[in-house]
Amino acid sequence: MAQPMHTLVRIVSTPRGAVSGAILLIVILCALLASWVAPYSYDIQNLPGANLEPSASHLLGTDEFGRDLLSRIIYGARTSLAVGFTSIGASVLVGLVLGGAAGYFGGAFDRSVTAIVDLTWSFPEILIALILIAIAGPGLHSTAIAISIAYLAQFTRLTRAQIIGLKNETYVEATIGLGASHGHVLFQHLLPNALTPVIVAGMLATGDAIILEATLGFFGLGAQPPTPSWGAMMSSGTAQIFIAPWIIIFPGVAIAGTVIAINLFGDAIIDALDIRGKLRES
Amino acid sequence: MLTFILKRMLLLVPVSLAVSIVIFMIVHLVPGDPIDHIVQIGSSPEQRAELIARYGLDKPILVQYVTWLGNVLSGDLGTAIILRQPVSALIVQNMPHSLTLGGLALLFSTVVGISTGALAAVFRDTWIDRGVMTAILFGSTLPSFWLGLLMILLFAVQLEWFPVSGARTWGSLVLPVLTIGIGGTALVGRVTRAAMLDVVRKDFVLMLHAKGLSPWAIQMHHILRHALLPVVTILSLRIGWILGGAVTIEFVFARPGLGSLLINSLSQRDYPVVQGCLLMLAIAVMLGTLLGDVVQAIMDPRVRERIA
Repeated sequence: MAQPMHTLVRIVSTPRGAVSGAILLIVILCALLASWVAPYSYDIQNLPGANLEPSASHLLGTDEFGRDLLSRIIYGARTSLAVGFTSIGASVLVGLVLGGAAGYFGGAFDRSVTAIVDLTWSFPEILIALILIAIAGPGLHSTAIAISIAYLAQFTRLTRAQIIGLKNETYVEATIGLGASHGHVLFQHLLPNALTPVIVAGMLATGDAIILEATLGFFGLGAQPPTPSWGAMMSSGTAQIFIAPWIIIFPGVAIAGTVIAINLFGDAIIDALDIRGKLRES
Repeated sequence: MLTFILKRMLLLVPVSLAVSIVIFMIVHLVPGDPIDHIVQIGSSPEQRAELIARYGLDKPILVQYVTWLGNVLSGDLGTAIILRQPVSALIVQNMPHSLTLGGLALLFSTVVGISTGALAAVFRDTWIDRGVMTAILFGSTLPSFWLGLLMILLFAVQLEWFPVSGARTWGSLVLPVLTIGIGGTALVGRVTRAAMLDVVRKDFVLMLHAKGLSPWAIQMHHILRHALLPVVTILSLRIGWILGGAVTIEFVFARPGLGSLLINSLSQRDYPVVQGCLLMLAIAVMLGTLLGDVVQAIMDPRVRERIA
């Protein structure tokens, strides 16, 4: 990623990159500026105005407590993106260090890291997340922790594969020959070169993490009321499925739109940087 | 082949041990006294003492684990706190529902996924291919629980073709199987298409064309057969994901099953049931992966050699 600006321009000049980038930008702005953008508060109840269908005053209708659905979806972007980005961000950081050290030092440390990674690898993320929530209890914090641990194997594996590919390069030998410490070689020379594929994989995983957060929220194990979360909103909407289907439809559109935009944008980055092969190496 | 299966099963031993330790530790890692998480509400001090003795909660943790594992292996998973039944009985009641749903969804994903993937590959770069690829993109990114809710809205609430929830009739299986199957189909379809397009470029295909075989025979008898190997590989890797999908979808359709039981018990903090369900699901994932590996080894001798 020598010229990030140049790459970015290349990405958004393709139709796929431009459309998905624009959608992502809107979602991020909604999350950041929710209190200015949202027409109503997310938690003020108005029972006489419950389950109203979409209209001029409530563009997406109201939920079973008479809360404006559009406002709740805008605030919900905050929950989704915050959990998605922080949990995957933490997972990527830990994965870089673990996978980097395992790939660089090898030996018993590498074997034990690989054994644990392989162990969690065959289990679906949702199962790992549910085990962790069983320990930490339901809630948004445990959801974020559960998601970051559920995805750790992926980033550790990917980083390890990158480092093993890089560590025998001549420049690494030269740096060691000049007397650099292992930490210096790993953090200053190897990890920066391994960074791009891991970050792109992290971006794609953010989409999955948003779905996982919504799923856990839908189970009632994630965000607790009145915190607006796309998944939890749909969960309370199931009781109103016969009279107010919009409570289920619109938060789902928000999730699907965000996740599809993240995936398409991630794909556009992969093509622009030509790193599809590197992502497959793990 | 038998040696392969035996060796592959031996590999499961350390994995199962690790999984059982994690699941055993759940009640010990939850804040509070473990006994409070496994004793029924309103139990007498004698009953508490009996449970403490049975699980050996006053003994060192390693002894407790061995006792617990011994109980589990003899089929004693404890007693549900809220439902007040042996956990093993609850699992026996719910397991068949999950197996039916997961098995049918797997079958659907395989058959429909391979067919649509092959269709897209044979008609590559036409509108059929583009249509299938777009459907695959949506199928693999839409959250499955939302897809399930939309299916309920359309086919159960609006059209009234199928029941909204429950598991009383065979018709109630259609929407859940479709919901899980769409995600699985997208995965299998994408891999089938990519694998077939990969094989098309091989020399032996050129040779078959030169020998004058009909393009249809080449596609179906030679290319698709070669392409099936990566499909089986991805299925054996992802069998757990399809089973994991069953966990979510059971809850959406309010069907009985291990997934619904697990999620409801998690909300009620009924730890013996949570442990029992997680254990069963983990075993199901491991056996599913084993099954996938065996099928792969039957199809490809190289896989057998790698592990033997």
